Amino acid sequence: MNSLFPTPADFLRVLPVLILTLFGTLLMLLEPLTGDGKGEKPQLRWLAILGLALAMAGAVIAYGDPGPAFNGMLLVDGFGTFFTVLVAGTGLLTVFCAQDYLVRERQENGEFYALLLFSIAGQCIMATANELIILFVGLEISSISSYILAGFLRDDKRSSESALKYFLLGSFATCFLLYGVAWIYGLTGSTNLSVIHYTLGAAPVNPRLLALSVALMFVGFAFKVSAAPFQIWAPDVYQGAPSPVSAFLSAAPKATAFAIFLRVFMTAFGSVADQWQPLFWTSALATMVVGNFAALRQNNIKRLLAYSSIAHAGYVMVAVTSHSTVGTAAAMFYLASYAFVNVGAFAVVSYVAAKGEKHLSIDDFAGLAERQPLAALVMTIFFTSLIGVPLTAGFFGKFYIFKAALDAGMVWLTVLGLLNSAVAAYYYLRVIVVMYTHEPSQAVNDLEPASSGLQIGWVTAATATVVLGVLPSALLEFASRAALLR
Amino acid sequence: MLPNAVPVSWYLVLSAILFSLGVAGFLIRRNIITVFMCIELMLNAVNLSFVAFSYELKKIDGQLFTFFVMVVAAAEAAVGLAIILTIFRHRMSLEIDDVSSLKN
Repeated sequence: MNSLFPTPADFLRVLPVLILTLFGTLLMLLEPLTGDGKGEKPQLRWLAILGLALAMAGAVIAYGDPGPAFNGMLLVDGFGTFFTVLVAGTGLLTVFCAQDYLVRERQENGEFYALLLFSIAGQCIMATANELIILFVGLEISSISSYILAGFLRDDKRSSESALKYFLLGSFATCFLLYGVAWIYGLTGSTNLSVIHYTLGAAPVNPRLLALSVALMFVGFAFKVSAAPFQIWAPDVYQGAPSPVSAFLSAAPKATAFAIFLRVFMTAFGSVADQWQPLFWTSALATMVVGNFAALRQNNIKRLLAYSSIAHAGYVMVAVTSHSTVGTAAAMFYLASYAFVNVGAFAVVSYVAAKGEKHLSIDDFAGLAERQPLAALVMTIFFTSLIGVPLTAGFFGKFYIFKAALDAGMVWLTVLGLLNSAVAAYYYLRVIVVMYTHEPSQAVNDLEPASSGLQIGWVTAATATVVLGVLPSALLEFASRAALLR
Repeated sequence: MLPNAVPVSWYLVLSAILFSLGVAGFLIRRNIITVFMCIELMLNAVNLSFVAFSYELKKIDGQLFTFFVMVVAAAEAAVGLAIILTIFRHRMSLEIDDVSSLKN
């Protein structure tokens, strides 16, 4: 079984990664040969869309023959496939939502799409990694591309500052993660998640050193998912990065960071759950409180969405804390619904913000419903989903998370989480009220109609939000089956 | 094994000290390049741990991991220095406290 050379089955199981890498490279090669001189490169845009669509198809094909690949380095299972399809889909949506922005800023070029595809390729590796070093490599492929994307407008002061903060704190977090990996390797003699699981279950290791290494890895992961007390980078990074990039960063890398978080703690550290659960409990609560209460005071819409994304990371942490199959399925469903909503919401923000991202205060959204009804309608759908109103995906997401928490006997965390969602309703409703009842602002009056690509992005995200809110069962059933991580 | 060889635990302690120095430097130092060097120091402390564990466990894979870490560190350095360069072009300063234009 331990063959020296990869078999064709191995390559089939990494099909999405191969497709994404191939298309990313193609995009870079074709970059100098395309363009109409006006800063628009529709050929490259369509090539990126094709690559992402093929990657989604590739993930489904790979799932036709699930199992380990490359001597157990990767594991293609329902869980990994779920996140692979999710990140490729998020990327697809990002491309549609980014095109207006990129053309406006004269930044549509091959590098943007190539970096996006490379970042997603890294996330696909993360989603299917079954080995700590491969997980680290995937995480870094994803992160390094994301650092560059955050600073993509290199002549913009805000964008480069965002990139610097993301880069420094991201690498800092990776060091903690890696130090934790080193100690786990030292304690168990392996970096394979299944082997670690058996070793920890079979022979007792030094409990203090084990706690130390688990804590180090927790710090690394908590940074990546912006869980308190390691959330400080998120508002600055999401505010300074170009809006479509903020949309992508708050959806795809976060979803896969949670995926590895779940996989590592449910499989490798599953047998010592009673030790790490209090840590997660505290962090989940702190994340919800910090995110929601800080969001109340924000006037910058991107900062508001950043704090809201911290709060939502807190809800997912509740699901992780419950340490059950139900909790994992709830987290998966929540992350999927959240990805659509957030990419959509940031797409509306990038539309209203106009050239140079000038109009970012909440007052700039005044009267959006009167001038641009479609933009206001989809924004309302996204924000009601973020609140968790019934008939939107956010409602079922929250419902299943708190159900999982109750099943695990965490009554207090559930109560405090629900109180937090009530607080959150205020700042989301504030934006909706401003859009519908106030007189149109100058920013809104000057808006050009949205391009068809952007409208496709909005409508797709909004439709997905409503469909998941009305018929959640199909996705949830798949998640429940995939959540059996063993 | 050589007689009087340095015990593995010493390497681990050294690695922990280097890692802590990196963390402290990251939090205290105000020059962006120095902060970046502290990250590199932390990564190298991890490498030392990997090699020490690899020796202790009599397994070769720990030494292999250091190559992965080194490659990633190199890629990170390339991107990081480019980002620091754009920061310098905008602000003509490498003080981390000057990088604070993002606020509510």
